[in-house]
Amino acid sequence: MEKRFWNEYQKEIADDHYFYERSCIRQTFFPGSEAAFLRILRDELGKDICDNPHQHTCTGIGYHSDVVPFETTMTVVARLFSLMTECGYENYVPSCVTSFGVFSEVLEKWENDPKLLEQARQYLWEATKREFRIPKNIVHPSDIIYKFRFDLKPKMKYQLVNRFTGKPLRVVEHIGCHYAKIFPERGIGKAEFPYVLAGMIEAWGGEVIDYPERRHCCGFGFRQYLVQENRGYSIANTKKKFQSMEPYEPDFILTNCPGCSMFLDKWQYTIAEMEHKTYDKQGCGIPVLTYEELTGLLLGYDPWKLGFQLHQVQSEPLFNKIGIAYNPDEKYKGVSGRLLPRPAQPECLKVEQ
Amino acid sequence: MKSVSIIGAGPAGIEAAATLAKQGYTVAVFEKSSSPLKNIADKAFLFPNFASAADIVELMNKKLLNQNITMHNDTEIVDMKREGQGWKIVDSKGSSFYSDYVVMATGYTPFDAHRKEELGYGIYGGVVTSLEMEKMIRYNQIVNSLGEKPKRIVFLQCVGSRDEKSGNHYCSKVCCVTAVKQAIEIKRQLPDVEAYVFYMDLRMWGQHFEELYRQSQQEYGVRYVRGRISEASGTFDGRVQIKAEDTLMGLPLKMTTDLLVLMVGMEASEGTRCLAKACGICGDYGFAQSVDPHLGDCLTDQQNLFICGACKRPMSINDAVNDGRSAAIAIMQNE
Repeated sequence: MEKRFWNEYQKEIADDHYFYERSCIRQTFFPGSEAAFLRILRDELGKDICDNPHQHTCTGIGYHSDVVPFETTMTVVARLFSLMTECGYENYVPSCVTSFGVFSEVLEKWENDPKLLEQARQYLWEATKREFRIPKNIVHPSDIIYKFRFDLKPKMKYQLVNRFTGKPLRVVEHIGCHYAKIFPERGIGKAEFPYVLAGMIEAWGGEVIDYPERRHCCGFGFRQYLVQENRGYSIANTKKKFQSMEPYEPDFILTNCPGCSMFLDKWQYTIAEMEHKTYDKQGCGIPVLTYEELTGLLLGYDPWKLGFQLHQVQSEPLFNKIGIAYNPDEKYKGVSGRLLPRPAQPECLKVEQ
Repeated sequence: MKSVSIIGAGPAGIEAAATLAKQGYTVAVFEKSSSPLKNIADKAFLFPNFASAADIVELMNKKLLNQNITMHNDTEIVDMKREGQGWKIVDSKGSSFYSDYVVMATGYTPFDAHRKEELGYGIYGGVVTSLEMEKMIRYNQIVNSLGEKPKRIVFLQCVGSRDEKSGNHYCSKVCCVTAVKQAIEIKRQLPDVEAYVFYMDLRMWGQHFEELYRQSQQEYGVRYVRGRISEASGTFDGRVQIKAEDTLMGLPLKMTTDLLVLMVGMEASEGTRCLAKACGICGDYGFAQSVDPHLGDCLTDQQNLFICGACKRPMSINDAVNDGRSAAIAIMQNE
């Protein structure tokens, strides 16, 4: 890239006292990420963050699939805000990029049409007898890690440097579409050159790859995937991205969206099975990391506690490049200490033993 | 004889100055650059007849060689005020000049293509503006970002014009035919190059423009695609990948090109914005406002203040010349 001007746009990110809202799907596919985020904020940065057990879906997936009407979505959003209000917080932090997009959209509509806000208050009261205040600040958790990236750096045990070559690791950053494509001013760096993940990569020693399909959808795209007959579109999108990034030989992909992490990771297995093709030279696939996993990894957290063993593309080659210490014998050890059954090894997407 | 200050030495300002000087007016021309006709100086040929821009510049500069004209280069006028029946204008160094009349010919500034960040100007070496392409043509140096002879060149119309994102809803008028002209010039220099023009609609409003458009297709094989380019990205081999929709075919389109030429529109220059504000004649989009587009297009609602050229709206060179002459005649009729 010849010039870099995408970091000019910044947005307000609250300093402390956050109300965290978990994602519906992240616990399943990237189970260590949200716990890592809470640990990083509390233990590394000394921040106050509320993880309320009464939270629920934002309806985002249903809303974007035209299953849930907007009135329902805004009432559900209102209930989530009421939880925040009751807990005494003003800064809302939804873990999921889809949720972040839903909240941004609801707030935008309320701002432009106060009758809708009144309607939401009325629906919520009639259904639950609850009330809410509109958050002062809504940011995505990746915004918070971005904000404190230089505070975290001195605490990190590792850098994004290939220990064998001494060169920066080459990283593809993929931003969830709903982070800044709907409301560009709500994303760091706006929609065309979002800087939220690129800022972390650069701050921690890596090099960001700019490839032609950088802005392209990961392949989730809601209806592309949720309607089974459309899944060909989904995988075609993902394949397009991999083909485009392949010549740059990325060491890993960094994402900030649950759907993107899942599809960029799992479709690599599907493509390998369908076409006997992987997009790295070793045939092991390109590891896909969430920003929490990356942060935790560089801080020296145990990769297995971060949930790396649940990825489709296994990350040992990446650990070796960085020099991350890990115990292979503990990879499939459960929380109780009992060894879990080892998953089957795919033929085409190799797992380095 | 009465005195006239002309602010701006573009085609409109020079024509107004020359016309007034011939009639015996004492004319002072103020130009912020070091020489007149800055916006034409680097052009190769002018549409529609491929007249040499250098020849036009030379002929227009000769018009300034009149004993009634005093040229003030490197003089940026930053303020103007009514003083008696006339006007006092002030330059950036604090010097002031009095005259009976003022002609504002402060012109335009090209749209800053960085603002359309999705098109990658300033990021990818293969993305250039129409002004930069004009220089490449003029100096016979049409090369891609690697310094090699290009195989394909894509033009994109309406960059910063008719565009919600940049806030400019108006048409810049000259870009359509300029792309046609540049595509022909490129094919003359590099016959093997593939040239594509992406457009919303082609506005061939002037005499011979339509013929030029047809000639570009029939004689030079320039291809036209109706659709706007949504994004440009750099490729691994240093070229530019574009995405667009071919709206006639109803299909999305992806193409790799050596050069993407952004046909940048016109915006009110800083001088136009500043002086229009100072004397209360602000129009739409920062341009200066005339009293009537039909019968009083060089007149303003300020006594003895006249406007001409691209400080009013996007305008071609020949229209600007005619408009400068109109402003001069309006002053004479004002006597």
